[in-house]
Amino acid sequence: MSTAKVDRRVAHSHHFDSMEQEHESGKQGVWLFMATEIMMFGGLFVGYFIYRMKYPEAWVEGGSLLSWKLGALNTLVLLFSSFTMAQAVTETMKGENKKALNLVMITTLCAFAFMVVKYFEYSGKIHHGLFPGLDIWDPSAVQNEGTRLFLLFYFLMTGLHGFHILVGVGLMFWLMKRLKNDEFSPKYYTAVEGVGLYWHIVDIIWIYLFPLMYLI
Amino acid sequence: MAHIVPVKTNAMTLGTLIVLTVITVYTAKYVDLGQFNLTLAMFIATCKALTVFLWFMHLKYDGNQNRAIIFSTLGFLALFIGFSALDLFTR
Repeated sequence: MSTAKVDRRVAHSHHFDSMEQEHESGKQGVWLFMATEIMMFGGLFVGYFIYRMKYPEAWVEGGSLLSWKLGALNTLVLLFSSFTMAQAVTETMKGENKKALNLVMITTLCAFAFMVVKYFEYSGKIHHGLFPGLDIWDPSAVQNEGTRLFLLFYFLMTGLHGFHILVGVGLMFWLMKRLKNDEFSPKYYTAVEGVGLYWHIVDIIWIYLFPLMYLI
Repeated sequence: MAHIVPVKTNAMTLGTLIVLTVITVYTAKYVDLGQFNLTLAMFIATCKALTVFLWFMHLKYDGNQNRAIIFSTLGFLALFIGFSALDLFTR
């Protein structure tokens, strides 16, 4: 890094006026990134709706292939992990890095639990020839031809979402390392809050994916 | 500027989200509203998303700039979905 390294817990980087300005700028950057995330998933949701209108009976069949109970379980896991993440931000802002570390750890465990459930869901689909590609697709496994398209949207959208969960896990490990080293203070907690914002957006996307894929 | 959200608020936010999830599952599985089921599920999901935005993501306590970023994004998304729907429904 640079030669004159500042202690970010008590001082701002030289190209900012104050610690508060530095924090607000960093956070705003994360919000702009969240805007691009919403637009990226937004395009996929529009595609989902267009083909849902075109193949309504295939969408009903596709939804019935998924276990809504596993989907609901994963929804609860993600909601709880959002709570622990929000609480980690609260504790970091109070200067309680140890408590925040534990909370980030619980959040990470929730992320793993989510991916384990996803693994069983995906492997079940692949086992039954319900993966729309890679020569796995078995046309006799479904009634409607359009169901293949539903499953394409399912794998694409939940897959991209799952990728975001994995990126989140990476960010959590980064936070845990920094929390362990006591790198944050009530005046400097930008990274924790930024990762929190990212984690909540991933949760919001799942809030829409769950009813659209599993329920209706 | 920095507003520390108490654990009680976070817990109540989680509780609200779980209740709304239960309502989502119940209405989608056991209440037959025909086409309106999709609208209702999307309405509840949007309530949940707003709950996360306002409390977990602290938009309630944040400055107007970040609110403008996210709500203009959602506005553009609404335009995108709205005009696609107009196109599909008028074919």
